[in-house]
This record gives sequence, C-alpha cells and structure tokens, in this order.
Amino acid sequence: MTTLLEFKNVSKQYGHDTKALSDVSFAVKEGEFVSIIGPSGAGKSTLLRCINRMIDASSGEIIFDGANVMDFRKKELKKLRTRIGMIFQHYNLVNRLSVIENVLHGRLGYKSTLAGVLGLYTEEEKQQAYSILRILGLEDHIYKRCDQLSGGQKQRVGIARALVQNPKMLLCDEPIASLDPNASRIIMEHLKNISSSMGITVIINLHQVDVALKYSDRIIGVNKGRVVYDGTPDGVKTNELQSIYGTDFGKTVDEQGGQHAG
Amino acid sequence: MGWGWDESIRAVNDKAGNKAGQIHNKPIRTKPFNKASFVIQITLLTLVALTLYGFSSFDYKDVHFFEAAYNSLVTVKTMFLEPHFQHFTFAGALKQVIVTLGLAFLTTLFGAVIALFLGLLAARNLSSNTVSVMIKGMVAFIRGVPTVLWVLIFAVAAGLGSVAAVIGMTFHSVGYLIKAYSESFEELDKDVVEALKASGANWWQIVFQAVIPSSITYLISWTFMRFEINFAVAVAMGAAAGAGGIGFDMFMASAFYYDVREIGVITYFILAFAIALEILATRMKRKLRAAE
Amino acid sequence: MQADFFAKKRRNSFIYFALLIFLTWGAITVTEYDVIKGFTSIPKAVEWTFSNFYPNEKAMTKLPDILKTLVETVLVSIAATTVAALFALLCAILGSNTTGINGIFSSFSRAVAALFRNIDVAAWSMILLFSFGQNVLTGYFALFFGTFGFLTRAFMESIDEVSQSSVEALRATGAGYFPIIFQSVIPASMPQLLSWILFMVETNIRHATLIGILTGTGIGFLFSLYYKSLNYSSASLVVIVIVAAILIIEYISNYVRRVIL
Repeated sequence: MTTLLEFKNVSKQYGHDTKALSDVSFAVKEGEFVSIIGPSGAGKSTLLRCINRMIDASSGEIIFDGANVMDFRKKELKKLRTRIGMIFQHYNLVNRLSVIENVLHGRLGYKSTLAGVLGLYTEEEKQQAYSILRILGLEDHIYKRCDQLSGGQKQRVGIARALVQNPKMLLCDEPIASLDPNASRIIMEHLKNISSSMGITVIINLHQVDVALKYSDRIIGVNKGRVVYDGTPDGVKTNELQSIYGTDFGKTVDEQGGQHAG
Repeated sequence: MGWGWDESIRAVNDKAGNKAGQIHNKPIRTKPFNKASFVIQITLLTLVALTLYGFSSFDYKDVHFFEAAYNSLVTVKTMFLEPHFQHFTFAGALKQVIVTLGLAFLTTLFGAVIALFLGLLAARNLSSNTVSVMIKGMVAFIRGVPTVLWVLIFAVAAGLGSVAAVIGMTFHSVGYLIKAYSESFEELDKDVVEALKASGANWWQIVFQAVIPSSITYLISWTFMRFEINFAVAVAMGAAAGAGGIGFDMFMASAFYYDVREIGVITYFILAFAIALEILATRMKRKLRAAE
Repeated sequence: MQADFFAKKRRNSFIYFALLIFLTWGAITVTEYDVIKGFTSIPKAVEWTFSNFYPNEKAMTKLPDILKTLVETVLVSIAATTVAALFALLCAILGSNTTGINGIFSSFSRAVAALFRNIDVAAWSMILLFSFGQNVLTGYFALFFGTFGFLTRAFMESIDEVSQSSVEALRATGAGYFPIIFQSVIPASMPQLLSWILFMVETNIRHATLIGILTGTGIGFLFSLYYKSLNYSSASLVVIVIVAAILIIEYISNYVRRVIL
C-alpha cells in the first residue's frame, strides 16, 4: 500500500522555550488505523492539528498525498481540509441545530460562499447525509436538535459530519474521552468499521491504552513532544509503556483498567 | 468520489444487514421546524417591523439630517480635541467627580444593606414561597419606574439635592441587588443548610455562619458591579434631577453656557473614572470565575 | 494557633468595617448628605404620594396624548436598539476572539465599544442637542450610541462563549469564513444575542424617559412638563403608563427568553 501521510522532522514551538513537538518523524499508509498514545500534554493534540494545519508547525515537512501541506496557500489549504475529516472530544456541534444540519456542515467546504451562507444543499448531498446517519444508527433522530442527544449519539453525529466530506483520512482527537464505556465501544467499532470497509485512514489520539491496543493496526507513543514508540500493538509491553508514560506506569495502568471495568 | 464512495456505503450497509442503497423516501428538509427557532424568527420580524414603522411615523420636524449629523461630528471633534476649563478649575472638576462617586457610594451602601435582608427573604431555599414571590413582585415594580422618576418624586418631599438623589437611586440598586444576592444564595448547596439545621442551628445562625460566608465573594462582586452602574446613574441624575456632582456641571455647561469645550473636559473626567471602574469590575469578575 | 486564627479573622473584619465607616463618613461629607433628613423624608414622601400623586379625572382627559407620546418613545427605543444591534453584531463578529479577523482590529473595536459604552446617554443627549435640537433624533442617536457600545461587548462575549468549538470543527472541514459565520456562529449564539437585544429594549425605555427630560422630547418631556407646572396628578398618570409599558415588555421578553434559551 502507498504512503498517505509522512512527517519529516516536524517541530512545533510555542513562544521561546515551550516545545510541543520536537523532531517528529513517522509515516502512515493508506487505510491504516493508527493510534497515538501518551500522557496528557505530550503533544498528541498538537500533532494531530498540524496535519490539517489547525495549528501551524514551526519546522519540518508534512507530506499528505504527495504534497507538503506546510507550503499550502489559503485555497489549497481549504481543499486539503475538505479531504481530511476531524472528530473532537467535545463533539463541537452546533447544539441548537438539528442532526441533519450539523451533518451537512461537512459539505460546506465544497460550496461557493453564497451557497454556504444560505445553507443550500443538493438533494444528493442530503441523501448521502441520510445514508451515513443510517449506517451510524441515527436515522430516527435526523430532525432532533443535537442538545437532545446523548454523548455517544452526539459523537456519531460528529463522525457523520466528517464522513459526509468524503474524506481520505479521519483525525480523531480523544473521541471517547467524554463517553461511558459502552458508548466508547460503539464509537470505536464504528471507526474501525469505517476504516476497514471504506478504506479511510484513521489517526486517533487515545487516553486508554487497552482500547488503543485492541483496535489499532499501529501504535505511535508520544512523550514530551517526541515519538518514543512506533510499531505494532503486539510490540507494546511494560517496557515500552514505561518509556511512553514514565516509570510510574504500573500504577496508571491499574487505574485505567479500573476505570474501564467501572 | 473516484475511490468508490457508493460502493463503500453499500458494503457497510450489507455488513449491517441492511438493504443495499436504501434511501430516505421523503425529501429531507434541512430546516426542520422547532418552537424556539420559530419564536426567534417572530421576535426578530416584530422588532424589524416596529423599527420600520417607527422610522416612518416619527415627527422629524424638518431637521436637515446630514447637516445636523455633520454638525454633531464637528461638535464631538471640538469637544474632544479642544477641551478647556471655563467655569471651574481642574481641582473643582475633580471635587465634583468625587461628589458623584460619593453619591454612588452611599446609594450602593444603602442598597446593599437593604438588599441583603430582602435578598435572604427572596431566596427560595431560605424563605417561604409566598414571601419570595412577594418580594420578587415588588422588585419588578421598583424596576418599572425609571430611576429619574424616583428621584424627582422624592425631590418633592425632600427638595432637590443629595437626599432625594441618594434615596431615589437606592430603589433600583435594591431591586438589582436583591435579584443578584438571592440568586447567589439559591446556588448554595442544599445539604449545607440541611446539615446545620440538623445540628440545631436557627435561621440567623445558618445565615451568618453558612449562607453569607459561602457567597461573600459573589456578594462583593455584584455590589461592586452595581457601584460601577451607580456612578453612571449618579452622573445622569446630576444632569437630569439636580443631584449635584459632575453631572450637574455637565448640564450647566450644556444648557446654560453652551460651552462644548467644557463638556469635553467633563466627559474626559467621567470617562477616566468610568473606565477605571469598569476595568476593576472586569478583573473582579475574572477572579471570581477563576475561583469557581 | 487556633486562637490566633480567630483573632486574625476578627481583626480583619474590624479593619474592613472601620474602612467602610470611614468611606461612608467621607461620602456623607462631600455630598452634604443630611442623614436625619434622609430618614424623615421617606414617610413624608409616602404621605405626599398618597395625598397628591394619583391621577384624577382631569388627568384622564390627557390619557390619549400621553399614550401617543408613549408609543413614540417605545418605538424610538426599539428602533435605536435594533439598528445598534446590527452594527454591534458586525463589530462583534469582526472583533471577537473566535471569529475576529486580526488582533489590531479586535483591540480597535473593543476600544470603540468601551468609549461608546462609557459616555453616558445623558452626555450623548446633551452633545446631540446642540445640532439636532429638540428633536426625536436627538434621543434616537443618544440611545443608539450607548446601545451600540453595550451590545458590542455583550455580543463578543456571547459569541466567544457559545461558538468556539463549532467554529473549530467547521474550519477543519475546510469551510470558508462567511459560511462559518452564517451556518455556525449566528445560529449558535442567536438566542443569547436576542436575549441581550430584548434586555436593551427594556433598558432603553427607561433611558428614554431620562433623555426626554434632558432634551425635551417624548414621554420624559411630558412628565417634566406636568411636574414643573405642579400638575402632579397628570405626572402620576405618566408614571403609571410608563410602568405598565415596561412591565408588559418585560413580560413578553421573559416569555421569549424562556422559550428560546
């Protein structure tokens, strides 16, 4: 399979001496399901946002589909973002609008300014949005306001909004951090399903190591802005976890296991 | 969609056990009806209609709009760029601002003392429902009468001056603070009151040992915000109801001496104090939010 | 140790209390506030109100005139609020942290808003009186400027509070600036914005009374006319009419708020 995304020595600096990412390099193949794990504040979220330039990296190269996104001007950047869907921890929906409206927001990047301002969507787009909502099991809620949904349902709306973009890749920033275990499982299965049946590459930031190991093709461990592990889930053992999370790791795993059981 | 979107959907549909390619049989509306949006639209339309009707019905008395607007700009320019002292000195103006601050201070103090007691009675968790509703109704009435009218009504009995101004302005302060205080009290955890009740504390003990200490930061911040408002009110009352202070000087400069430049000086004084108070109030609010 | 803690607490309370007393004394001195008169004036005012300040039959004949002026004042307040809200929305969108176009413009629009907000409506009406004279537009613009300043700040805060997350999501989909504003920022913050607008309509009716007294227009002028000619029964009718108008508008806007928020 071909390489879809490649980081070459990417660094991100805030102010003078805060380094969020230093010298990050890795590559992701098309259709891969990659989890990024690491402690809070390790730079996972910054790393993800550098890909669609929600945050601009300070140096290095980020190659997506053969082009360096760091060179992109406004128009190319817009086009890049339409091809990359993003899913957030807090869903980032317009709560007062209906499910279908929020999903169709994913089409705005393809529209002229006027059509976008007026919210004019074609019948085809609406049908596509509906099909996706059906796949995600939300077909009975399409006219509901998003503030009437549960957390898991809101996240599925978030996924639908990303899928309606027809993306090549999904970036998921802690998608299950605010959800209960059952809703988390449903979201992860949907993401896995999307990745395997539609061939969409998924990069996902996760807090829960066990979840990451269970679903991913590959794990990237990040600590203090550096990639400290890059390989298969099978290769992640106590040693590796200690280098990702620090030497106290044993404790953390127990707590997390406990959280999951509860 | 060169990489087979439709096939992918079908594949997933098949996996989920659905009939392939099934679509929604009714046209999909992107703006489904809901009551809140409907009310928002009606309200906006009403406001716009009333605005247009207003503009068409006003008696403009042949004012030359552009000329007057231009003159206003010239006035504002003269006012701000060429301010001067004519009928009083720098020290005099400063003294008058302090008088205005004093009026605002007394009003806030009286308002706070009265509102503290009435606020306790208006808080639903500390008082009976009837008393609470009665006080809230009274507040609605007090707020219905504009401050300037309260001041002028009191001026008949007490004569124009600081007494009428302070008492008249106190009404709205009380109304505002009762609402703010009682809401702060209502936020207090029910369990705390219950625990103290269970330990045999009486109403006053609960109020002074639990309710006030736990909401004191809110009380202070609301009181200070009201002080900021009262400063502006005191300026206006000086101008409109002869309450003294810098507002009265502004009124004299405008209505008797027709001295735009002096209004400029006065405006600078008021602005400096008002902005200083606003910055203080904003800081206080931020601190409170951080403490939450 | 414990004794210390309580002693310190008591000492602090004492210091604050002393400071408060001192400030109060200072305020009483500079404003020449007569404390005794303050207390005695309240029963006097109540007594006077009950014996003089109510509408009689003669005042009732003025009711049609009073209502006509009231309607005009209410319309001026509404018109000033809606037009100011439009300008404030523009300024707030361009200046807020979430949707602002750049830092310099943001600081600029905040500064303008602060300036307009802190020049009181009383000052505005006196400034405008020079050029517009005793005209409905004097009051209109005085309300307009104050409202513009206030709403700009309020709108900025609402926009930042409500729409930050959905703006991030839409930016990530590649949507342009204007689609984001119209599809996300405005729908998400509309209830808050409308709530502020309604609040400002209520406030402006109160302000309009004050401005009327200062500039000789609208319902405020009518009140001061009757008040100065000692025609208290007609003046009281004006007060009753104003209170009724404000309560009705408050009732309507509370209803709207309940439904939309």
